[in-house]
Amino acid sequence: MRLEARAEVSRTLQVAAPFAAIAVTLVVCSLLVAWSGAPVGGAYRLLLEGAAGSTFAISETLTRATPLIITGLAVTVAFRAKLYNIGAEGQLYAGALAAVGVANAGLSLPTAVVFPLVVAAAMAAGALLLIGPALLKTRFHVDEVVTTLLLNFIALLFVSMMLDGPMKDPMAMGWPQSVAIPEELELGKLAERSRVHSGLLIALALAVIVWIVDRFTAFGFEMRAVGANARAAAFAGLPVQAVVLKTALLSGALAGLAGAIEVMGRAGYVTLDMSPGYGYSGIVIAMLAQLNPLGVVAAAIFVAGILVGADSMSRAIAVPTYIADVIVAASLIAMLVASMLARYRIRFK
Amino acid sequence: MSGDILDVVAGIPFWVAVLRIATPLIFGTLGVLLCERAGVLNLGIEGIMVVGAFTGWFAVYQGATLWSGVGVAAIAGAALGLLHAVLTVPLGLSQHVSGLGVTLFGTSLAAYAYRVLLPRVTTPPTIEPFAPMTSLGVPLLSTQTPLTLLALALVPLLAYALNRTPAGLAVRMVGENPGAAEGQGIDVIAVRMWTVVAGSALMGVAGAFLTLSAFNAFFFNMVNGRGWICVALVVFASWRPGKALAGALLFAAFDALQLRLQQTSGAKLPYQIYLMLPYALSILALVVMARRAAYPQALMKPYRKGER
Repeated sequence: MRLEARAEVSRTLQVAAPFAAIAVTLVVCSLLVAWSGAPVGGAYRLLLEGAAGSTFAISETLTRATPLIITGLAVTVAFRAKLYNIGAEGQLYAGALAAVGVANAGLSLPTAVVFPLVVAAAMAAGALLLIGPALLKTRFHVDEVVTTLLLNFIALLFVSMMLDGPMKDPMAMGWPQSVAIPEELELGKLAERSRVHSGLLIALALAVIVWIVDRFTAFGFEMRAVGANARAAAFAGLPVQAVVLKTALLSGALAGLAGAIEVMGRAGYVTLDMSPGYGYSGIVIAMLAQLNPLGVVAAAIFVAGILVGADSMSRAIAVPTYIADVIVAASLIAMLVASMLARYRIRFK
Repeated sequence: MSGDILDVVAGIPFWVAVLRIATPLIFGTLGVLLCERAGVLNLGIEGIMVVGAFTGWFAVYQGATLWSGVGVAAIAGAALGLLHAVLTVPLGLSQHVSGLGVTLFGTSLAAYAYRVLLPRVTTPPTIEPFAPMTSLGVPLLSTQTPLTLLALALVPLLAYALNRTPAGLAVRMVGENPGAAEGQGIDVIAVRMWTVVAGSALMGVAGAFLTLSAFNAFFFNMVNGRGWICVALVVFASWRPGKALAGALLFAAFDALQLRLQQTSGAKLPYQIYLMLPYALSILALVVMARRAAYPQALMKPYRKGER
């Protein structure tokens, strides 16, 4: 068996790849559903209903998709430049913490001034957490995957420390949660009796902005060039290290922003479980979207739907909610294979 | 403060703890080392350790002997390793992303299986773990379980196999110069795949140590980044088994030290600071060693026959 690169990568195959991957994933995971003793068809129907069967279900899915779109974008820009940022989880928490910190800094300024400050602080915190690993990568050739992964643990412990200490909410009855942000900083709701907030609009706008930057600006071109072939980019005169560092700032800032929006739009405060792996899911989303910023929106809604749908399904029948994480993880693996099959032909002989 | 440290380090209990903390790291680091010497980065380790911890524990919980539990964990690890090997070796997919996929898949699969198999439990059921080898009569070792002895024995064994046997030479060749290996009649794809499978089996055992020796039950999050630390330790060890042992012991010594300091120095610092130390230390080790790191030359480079 050998692989032969296709002379031309057809657009149809590329678009079909994620759908094929998801279909294969659902078939494989149906074996796991059957193992739990539940009827497969019924379980998937409940999952679909939980994700999109009612206005409420759709609003929950969109609420869950909001941070996922942004972490998906954070991973997308980084992976485009072959900067393997696996630290979006930690950067999200850093952003959330910074947002609450600045929001409660007691600045006697109008909300119109504090709001951008809060957002900027969150983005700076996320960027700061990634610039270290990026510098280590460009200066000392230290693999950024391991450093960003390890920083996730450090970031989470730091959050835990702040929630035990200076940022602890004294009214939380010993529950580890931070003080809340002032009410005027909360993002407005998009619909009555739902949790969808205007953060969704911000996320959608960000996807368009990242797409424009990627497609139509010199910086976007530089990122792609460095990602495609760093040596060739260097020969062409591109400042490769500077491009990697700028990419890191952008990627980290996006992940930090996801944290701030989650705080301002949903909870109002930071807890240690505010992100059930949004940073890691961002990786799956970016891959499902084949690193296309607009595709990220669709992929994020799919992942959010699986997570929300599985929650509601597991309340109705005895399929553990962890099936959602299995589906998401398996779709990443299936997507890897699918995108390869779109680019290569398998020859047997 | 420095007096405190001396007191701690001089005590036997400290070294008992060091060996116990080091054992899963030794298994894991040797596993990663083996994969990387053949040119394949295996970030699946974190998930493989979770699966090893779960399957090994569950087998024993169902009545299997402890050693069969270890075997089950090794087989489960090897199975996930085979998945990673297929994706990265013949298919040549991104080793970074495939490894992360295996980790996410293994971790979530273990959690799902735990809930399906034990739907009603609230507190994790316990098993009777490996007992210390008191009859051994060797001062420090007799406080440890047989798995620690196995880990220590594996180090020279693996070093010998890698450096002194034809199979080891083949592994090193496909990791350094697969083209030349092919020229010698070595099947690069096969050697890489089976090396990844073998390394992943060791990672499974690393996980099993946690549930069958260090603790007596399975908890979610019990691996807690140990896999990633192993990946860092391999760089620290310059891909040599002996240095990997030294690195794991050194790391475990720091970890044991922070645990003791947490207890003895009272609440001078938030406990989270101590818990951060192992991760920070791993990053530091990477930075210090990365400059003179002698990476296997073909690490992370997929091999396709006839392509250069």
